Amino acid sequence: MKLSVWTYEGPPHVGAMRVVTAMKNTHYVLHAPQGDTYADLLFTMIERKNARPPVTYTTFKARDLGSDTSEIFKKACKDAYDRFKPQALVVGASCTAELIQDDPGGLAEALNLSVPTIPLELPSYQRKENYGASETFYQIIRKLVKSSSKTENLSCNILGPASLGFRHRDDIIEIEKILSGMGIEINLIAPLGASPEDIQNKTAKAHFNVMLYPEIAETACRYLEKEFNQPYTKTIPIGIGATKAFIKEISDTFGLQKTNNNIETLRADWWSKSIDSTYFTGKRVYVFGDATHVKSSVKIANEEMGFEVVGLGCYNREFARDIRALGKELDLESLITEDYLEVEAEIQRLQPELILGTQMERHIGKRLGIPCAVISAPFHVQDHPARYSPQVGWEGANVIFDTWVHPLVMGLEEHLLHMFREDFEFNDNAGPSHLGGHSNMELNSNMKKTEPKYTIEEIIWEKDAELELKKIPFFVRGKARRNTETFAKDKGLSSISTETLYEAKAHYAR
Amino acid sequence: MNISSSLKIKQGCSNVPILKEKGQNEVFCGLTGIIWLHRKIQDAFFLVVGSRTCAHLLQSAAGVMIFAEPRFGTAILEEKDLAGMADAQDELDLQVEKLLERRPEIKQLFLVGSCPSEVIKLDLSKAAERLTLKYAPNVRVLSYSGSGIETTFTQGEDACLASIVPTLENTPSEELILVGALPDIVEDQFLSILKNFGITNVSSFPSRTKNNAPKVGKNVKFILSQPFLGDTCEALEKRGAHHIKAPFPFGEEGTTMWLQAIAQEFNVSQDKFEEVTNGPRNRALKALEKIKNKLSGKSVFFFPDSQLEIPLARFLVRECGMEALEVSSPYINKKIVLSDMEMLPQGPVISEGQDVDLQIERCKSQKPDLTICGMGLANPLEAEGLATKWSIELVFSPVHGYEQAGDLASLFYRPLKRREVLQI
Repeated sequence: MKLSVWTYEGPPHVGAMRVVTAMKNTHYVLHAPQGDTYADLLFTMIERKNARPPVTYTTFKARDLGSDTSEIFKKACKDAYDRFKPQALVVGASCTAELIQDDPGGLAEALNLSVPTIPLELPSYQRKENYGASETFYQIIRKLVKSSSKTENLSCNILGPASLGFRHRDDIIEIEKILSGMGIEINLIAPLGASPEDIQNKTAKAHFNVMLYPEIAETACRYLEKEFNQPYTKTIPIGIGATKAFIKEISDTFGLQKTNNNIETLRADWWSKSIDSTYFTGKRVYVFGDATHVKSSVKIANEEMGFEVVGLGCYNREFARDIRALGKELDLESLITEDYLEVEAEIQRLQPELILGTQMERHIGKRLGIPCAVISAPFHVQDHPARYSPQVGWEGANVIFDTWVHPLVMGLEEHLLHMFREDFEFNDNAGPSHLGGHSNMELNSNMKKTEPKYTIEEIIWEKDAELELKKIPFFVRGKARRNTETFAKDKGLSSISTETLYEAKAHYAR
Repeated sequence: MNISSSLKIKQGCSNVPILKEKGQNEVFCGLTGIIWLHRKIQDAFFLVVGSRTCAHLLQSAAGVMIFAEPRFGTAILEEKDLAGMADAQDELDLQVEKLLERRPEIKQLFLVGSCPSEVIKLDLSKAAERLTLKYAPNVRVLSYSGSGIETTFTQGEDACLASIVPTLENTPSEELILVGALPDIVEDQFLSILKNFGITNVSSFPSRTKNNAPKVGKNVKFILSQPFLGDTCEALEKRGAHHIKAPFPFGEEGTTMWLQAIAQEFNVSQDKFEEVTNGPRNRALKALEKIKNKLSGKSVFFFPDSQLEIPLARFLVRECGMEALEVSSPYINKKIVLSDMEMLPQGPVISEGQDVDLQIERCKSQKPDLTICGMGLANPLEAEGLATKWSIELVFSPVHGYEQAGDLASLFYRPLKRREVLQI
């Protein structure tokens, strides 16, 4: 038993819904009690879908448990088949139905429907949403894909985009632009927009697969590589460097010559080099989210924005090893957790100047007065904007630049804050206008409350030094305090004077 | 003014046959009630003993309230709890211990049963007894089920309140209890009117904190402010209290009759009644007058959701001039909504339970001007050209009483107005 207040991932059957809802002409019959239909609103409200998700729930009740819940399931299956006429029927159980062990797969099989049925066994008490999506996509591929000769021209499938995926809708448009620029045909995109017949007849025709989101597509990609001789790309093209590496990976594999890949739409590189961006240099950044977006973001933050990543972590344990390895490379401890309170404590400890996180970290940032840009699911209505805003490819790099910079105090503004920090209205207590003056007043009192927790107990701040510390703008004050204390501790000092403060400043100068 | 004679409808809905279909129910489970109950009961923590699905439901339904560390959470059952490798009762004790250590301000802890905890027959009442002994007198631990196999949406509040009733102290004196979690502003308006009637000893149930809980006994009378509180009603009657029957206080008419029923029980004179209520009554009528012609003649179709459907349909038909095509409720407790049914003119199909696919077909073929439905259905129906109002807002917003009568009508008018405004 584990206490959970807010979770990063839903149960595995929600992952299955994300795959099925993304597809066409597919229906999912879910053995589930009344109430589990709440999941529909994730799609109709958050993703603003204009149709109900293609899911039929048996919605059994307590009184049905005594009689025959398997009859209810069979009827729901038959009715759904007659009503929706899908090309394939996915069947499974939610957490409660898993306990009553009605065997939805066997029951559906016994109906002898004229379309393939795909049974799902998703262990609800062990696994979570991403696993559910990945396993569902794999089972669909495994059941349906038929062998076929490859297309005449070089072609690929784009695998992984699903419903409620972080910017999946726009990512596929951007990746298509790059691939078609390289002269590669797009054979199939799945699951988003694909029908069971498409998957059955088209998948094996492609020369290779683009694994866009390992969380959903890696298992399927491995299977297709083994069974249908389709290699898959390992680079996730999020960020400038990663997009270049992605293009190189394909070019090297298939011996492509220099191709047009629409790089002229990239602006983020110059934006980052322009002098207003000088102020990003060494900004302390904390990164948390799903592993794929965290990996990409860490690289972008360090190499393309010139930030300094001071901490990282992910909530999906399936990819813990990757994130730990990345942490090791950077000489940082990685946090693998699904407990947002642990993430909050870590952020409080590290006092970053920017958080790259999920909606959960955005709220943590709000509480702590630290700006945050959202880089990853769990999906929120704000992560599904009306405008085109991909994460992958060149336009993705542009979008990421803008998204990460907006919550920050921009170059010129930060410069002015330094110049006028004693000014009666343009001072550091007023805080950056776009984050709301009042939230910063709160932040300051908050920090006073929380800072001592992380102050090294035996070191005392002398009065003058404390006053000098207050002159430092609020957005670097936390860091200055920490650095000075660490410095003093390393030097074996028991108190901090103004001198110590400036010695520490010189020590940490960058 | 003689209310009872003016309101008898010859052809009410109380005896029309009820359409009962079996199929997919597109409704929330009782756990959802935690979202408003934890705001209302300020010293309580709601600990759901369930699965990741339960946690995800609460989070999805309450996502916007993420700002504070909420006073609810889920003890998620894991494989080892199910396989009997760990004693679930011991595990629960451990979670409660950690929780109460972290949240010392908690005075009432509700262990809330879920579908999985009910199916594996985890005895939460036993746990609650054991934990109450352990944490008395600081914390009282109670249990109820909010599982989808037993409760639909608002029935979660009913189960919660019913679980508190046995703990209420006895009193020999004559008292009045308002039963049902209302937004504070509405509750305060009602309390003020009752005070002006000269009725003393009025309390609200649930109370905002454990220490203000109402007392119950043979001379205690209670009135429901929400129609979904059948079990709570029975539990209070079992304790000897007297149920004051009335239509529910929606709109000017409903509120007047509801207050009138109380006034009669407490011998408030007609003069006094009018002196106290005339002001707010006229304000309600004035507010309704403005919006009535916008709704009048328009048709409305209710999908089942909160059990508020029958009283709300009565309000829309009688006070706003709408035509009800279908009024559907997850559960119809005639003992409780009888007055509202008697007052709702015959015409609409009255249905209980749901086969959502069949019901959507009926709705589409009837093309109502306004469809009241849950969030899972609203956008899909909008996309097909139907104007919708998501019903959950009717449960969360202040809609009861005189001062909110205009707001209540506005909630129904808003989707129609939006269609008039948009030029895209």
